[in-house]
Amino acid sequence: MKDLGFSISQSRTIDLDKSDLSAYRRVVEKVPSAKLCLMCGACTATCTARNHTDFNFRKVHLLFRRGQFEGLAEELDKCMLCGKCRLVCNRGVNTRAIIYNMRIILENLNYKSIK
Amino acid sequence: MMNYHPFVIPFTVGALFLFGVVFYKFYAWIAALDRKQKFMVKQNIFSFKTIRAIGEIFREALVHRNIYRKNPVLGYMHMSLAFGWFLLIVVGKIKASLYAGTFFEPPWLGIFFNFFAVDGHAFSHSEMLTFTMDFLLLIILSGLALAIIKRVKSSLLGMRKTTKHSRFDRIALSSLWFIFPLRLMAESTTASLHGNGGFLTNSVGHLIPSTIAPYAELPLWWAYSISLFVFFVALPYSRYMHIPTEVVLIFLRNWGADTGEQLSGYTDIQLNSCSRCGICIDACQLNFAAGISNVQSVYFVRDARYKTLSDEVVNNCLMCGRCSNECPVGLELTLVRQQFRNKQEIPGKFYYEYTEPVESKAGVDVIYYAGCMTHLTPSIIISMKKIFEAAGVNYWFMDEDKGVCCGRPLRQQGFIQQSKNLVIKNSRIINSARAKLLVTSCPICYKSFREEYNLNLPVMHHTEYIEGLLADGRITLNASNVTVVYHDPCELGRGANIYEQPRNILRNFSLIESNYEKENSLCCGGSLSDAILDLRLQLKIRDHALGELTKDKPDVLVTACPLCKKSFVHGNKARVMDIAEIVAGNLKVIASKKRPVRKEELQLV
Ligand code: SF4
Ligand code: SF4
Ligand code: SF4
Ligand code: SF4
Ligand code: SF4
Repeated sequence: MKDLGFSISQSRTIDLDKSDLSAYRRVVEKVPSAKLCLMCGACTATCTARNHTDFNFRKVHLLFRRGQFEGLAEELDKCMLCGKCRLVCNRGVNTRAIIYNMRIILENLNYKSIK
Repeated sequence: MMNYHPFVIPFTVGALFLFGVVFYKFYAWIAALDRKQKFMVKQNIFSFKTIRAIGEIFREALVHRNIYRKNPVLGYMHMSLAFGWFLLIVVGKIKASLYAGTFFEPPWLGIFFNFFAVDGHAFSHSEMLTFTMDFLLLIILSGLALAIIKRVKSSLLGMRKTTKHSRFDRIALSSLWFIFPLRLMAESTTASLHGNGGFLTNSVGHLIPSTIAPYAELPLWWAYSISLFVFFVALPYSRYMHIPTEVVLIFLRNWGADTGEQLSGYTDIQLNSCSRCGICIDACQLNFAAGISNVQSVYFVRDARYKTLSDEVVNNCLMCGRCSNECPVGLELTLVRQQFRNKQEIPGKFYYEYTEPVESKAGVDVIYYAGCMTHLTPSIIISMKKIFEAAGVNYWFMDEDKGVCCGRPLRQQGFIQQSKNLVIKNSRIINSARAKLLVTSCPICYKSFREEYNLNLPVMHHTEYIEGLLADGRITLNASNVTVVYHDPCELGRGANIYEQPRNILRNFSLIESNYEKENSLCCGGSLSDAILDLRLQLKIRDHALGELTKDKPDVLVTACPLCKKSFVHGNKARVMDIAEIVAGNLKVIASKKRPVRKEELQLV
């Protein structure tokens, strides 16, 4: 193939009909305020982890919502659960609880609670 | 055979079963203590602490002094049942031994004494003992009457809520209601036939028609014995297991057992020691300010014991510690709940490797760690800087730019391993600075540094530190007649026992008291520990607390926690300030500059 000096990027289509949306429903059940998020990014701006690395609540929230779980568990492990984001959010989203629940759902194996 | 009748069989079988099960449980729990707890037991079992424990068992498990203090009527109810019954057994035993002329009479003789002792043969002190037995029975019956009233209408005993029952509880409770009235009736009937009772049983006996008495006597004694049997068999599976378990708990506590991080036999012992008195329900803001009534410690303990814990009960709790503070049994309720939150660790896994290493600054006296939350209340940071400068302190602001969380919020959600990873990171930075003192502005960090870190320097919350600066005259305040109310943050007050320092500082202003001082302080509702609480309910808790604290219309509501400040500020009821702010705003002179930290300050820790 002729090198035209640029390449065609991979398709970024997300087929929501094929994604697993049930996991997010579980999160919303536990943290109803998740629905209020308008993806403004204020939480990310204040984030303690973000200060050190590329971590973004808005992004992980969105990925989870769409059922794109690949690599998400590791990404969520970057959060320190410090709770700053929750205090900053002016929509009253309990961001910290959302992260907590996403972790539990994604890593049932790693975060085995004691029964 | 003398002194025997088949109706003693249910009692005897029940008692044997009870002892078997209780001792088996004790054995299993003690075997399941963790290494540290076992070590403490071995260390202290032959020490003065054992004697102290026996004294406490008498005061708390029998007389119930703590409940009595909180609520005299409830205390009387518990005391009359527990201590009354205990004495009834002891005096009954003495009486039976004297009567039989041997210490080794059959064990049921004391229990069914009046049935067997009808021959009227004399033994020493018989009159006094008979009187005592009737008197004790009367006391127990009065306690029982209160218990029944409490069931029917708890508010009469000054309680807002009473606890719901499980099946075994109901069985045990119903049999308990029958035991003593049946005993009274059985003894009275025998008294009416043989004239052997005391002042109570004899008088009741006179009321029983002589035509019925001969037919009623045996069935009543049978019923009494059977009710004992039912109670004994249900006891180990009901709330009444707390009676024997509390004894073990008091011993272990006096020997210095720690609740620890992971579940152990000591957890089971604490869970089984709850008497379900319900005092913790009335203490909980989730109940009286937010109207949630299924997650309080009594329910948590019950569900944990019967292994029916739900996610909600474990996690819907502010961990404010108000319930542990009120619990008459002294259960470490928040620590036990925390154990159920803790996740298993994965060996060899490390978290937060991305953090950029912070170079610590050498040659400073004081390290200042503001904490994540404090960064959301910049006025606290500005005030602290002002105070440091006024006192001429050579300090280093450790998390000014790239801070790492102290790890406690992770821990509160049970991510112990992650939390430990952060502890290692921060410890390295702090310890390598070789400073003399670490000061933090957030009570959550403070508790974390004190309890989870292994540091080469003392830690102070800024309330302690400022108090020291004032006492040393390194900073002075302008006289002020501003009226202030102080709100004790949970983690600093009940969590770390810092009550006097902030008050000493605030004596420079016009300090007024609220109804919720010190151990009794309210939570602002903003606790990080509750990841479930709905925002609407959280605000209800805040508004209730704010209303209580500002009842006397203080000029300023002072607190010492960035999270509390943040919660209260949005309540718009009063001017809210951190203690550092009010101090910084009233600084008088800039005292001698650049003096090193003095030794006395360090000893404050
Ligand atoms: S959680 Fe809140 S602050 Fe964060 S993006 Fe959503 S609305 Fe904005
Ligand atoms: S809780 Fe997590 S996402 Fe929120 S600010 Fe802290 S580190 Fe960032
Ligand atoms: S936890 Fe303590 S206060 Fe609550 S019911 Fe049990 S014994 Fe009473
Ligand atoms: S710790 Fe506080 S919120 Fe939790 S149960 Fe006890 S009183 Fe209620
Ligand atoms: S912010 Fe409120 S809940 Fe948190 S420690 Fe302070 S007083 Fe307790």
